[in-house]
Amino acid sequence: MRWFKNLLALPNDNTKKTVLVALLLCLVCAVLVSSAAVVFKPLQIANKALDKKKNILEVSGLLTADANMDALFEKFEVKVVDLATGEYVDIDPALYDQRKAAGDITQNITLTAAQDIAGIGHRAKLATVYLLKEDDEIKQIVLPVHGYGLWSTLYGFISLQGDANTIQGLKFYEHAETPGLGGEVDNPKWRSQWLGKKAFDEAGELQIEVVRGKVNFEKAEAIHQIDGLSGATLTSVGVSNLVKYWLGEHGFAAYLDKLRTGELSHGE
Amino acid sequence: MASEARKNVLDPLVDNNPITLQVLGVCSALAVTTNIMTALIMSVALTTVSAFSGAAISSIRNHIPSSIRIIVQMTIIASLVIVVDQLLKAFAFEASKQLSVFVGLIITNCIVLGRAEAYAMKNPPWLSFLDGIGNGLGYSLILIAVAFFRELLGTGKLMGYQVLTTVSEGGWYVPNGLMLLPPSAFFVIGLLIWAIRSWKKDQVEAPDYQIHQVHRTEVL
Repeated sequence: MRWFKNLLALPNDNTKKTVLVALLLCLVCAVLVSSAAVVFKPLQIANKALDKKKNILEVSGLLTADANMDALFEKFEVKVVDLATGEYVDIDPALYDQRKAAGDITQNITLTAAQDIAGIGHRAKLATVYLLKEDDEIKQIVLPVHGYGLWSTLYGFISLQGDANTIQGLKFYEHAETPGLGGEVDNPKWRSQWLGKKAFDEAGELQIEVVRGKVNFEKAEAIHQIDGLSGATLTSVGVSNLVKYWLGEHGFAAYLDKLRTGELSHGE
Repeated sequence: MASEARKNVLDPLVDNNPITLQVLGVCSALAVTTNIMTALIMSVALTTVSAFSGAAISSIRNHIPSSIRIIVQMTIIASLVIVVDQLLKAFAFEASKQLSVFVGLIITNCIVLGRAEAYAMKNPPWLSFLDGIGNGLGYSLILIAVAFFRELLGTGKLMGYQVLTTVSEGGWYVPNGLMLLPPSAFFVIGLLIWAIRSWKKDQVEAPDYQIHQVHRTEVL
């Protein structure tokens, strides 16, 4: 230890001492930072998973104030779908991370400008879906959606009822839109409008849309329309586009078609 | 000694407030003050970082080579910020989602680095710790005051509870959308500085320029 003391006793501007102080500091800080990361990792992962469950329960209207989320979430069957074919894929959903896959060149596809109305650039080939079943009958289908708003990519879930057409709810769990303006996508009152709206018309055409201003309930289209957020035109357009994208032909359309025709109704 | 400790904590609250007197740390005061809850958590995070970084820097101050002192300070501050960010993600997940990048930006907050350079480099750890607490509290006070006005006038809520019923909820209050945008924080901070300097006249700075009377002697 004597050489160490000698080094410390050197004047502060000595090159050797400068290097020593820099090295020691880096070492201490590195240990501090990495141990914080390692120690808290399990808690953080648990938080993220719980947050996801909470949002899925919320979008499907099952969440109550004192609910045991893990028990409620047991009701959902989690599956992985190949978006191109609409078929289930035999992958353990617990091990598949769709957001990671969207950024992985071997697991994603690049969208052309015309296809990419949601402004996401790439999307994963496979998607995780959450099915709420009662006696083998599908009650709700919760689909992950995301797309660009004004400042940020909004990540959320949309839930459809068993007919794969009637919307149960839409909820974003991550976004950075302006609080009070675009951030009102979190407003329960605004979100409650989605319940009961039809995504597709009789002919099976995708019609769902967030309009500018208020919905005119005298018109027949009102069943497919949601009020725009006042003061947040770009966020509203972004939400409209991302819902259209994910329910459309480059999103879950193939899967939803199969559900509707009954090919997949038992989830096999 | 005791009086200096007291002074370190109390002085930055009003008399030497980092935001209103020194006009530091305004950037985050604009960003995280749209509602009181985020302002509160940001305040706790910043106070923790400035207190502990002050103590840490002060305890090694006699060995910091002056050629790399800013880098040393930044490294310590950055490490503490990462630890705080990890703690928030583990124990206050909802809040950390709302604060997103702003916790990370504490690293570049002028108040933390300013106190490290101006105080912790020359004073013992305990006093530096208190100095960090004091300046953090001074920052918190202004942040929460700004957030109070912005949340109340911008959304009609306080801490997420509806206080003024807005028109869209069937009430009478028309929310002021400007209050939710960053420029409004400038106005609120400006008004606060005005109010404090009217109260404490000694904070008024001497004008930078004096308009001089020019005596023209030449004949035009």
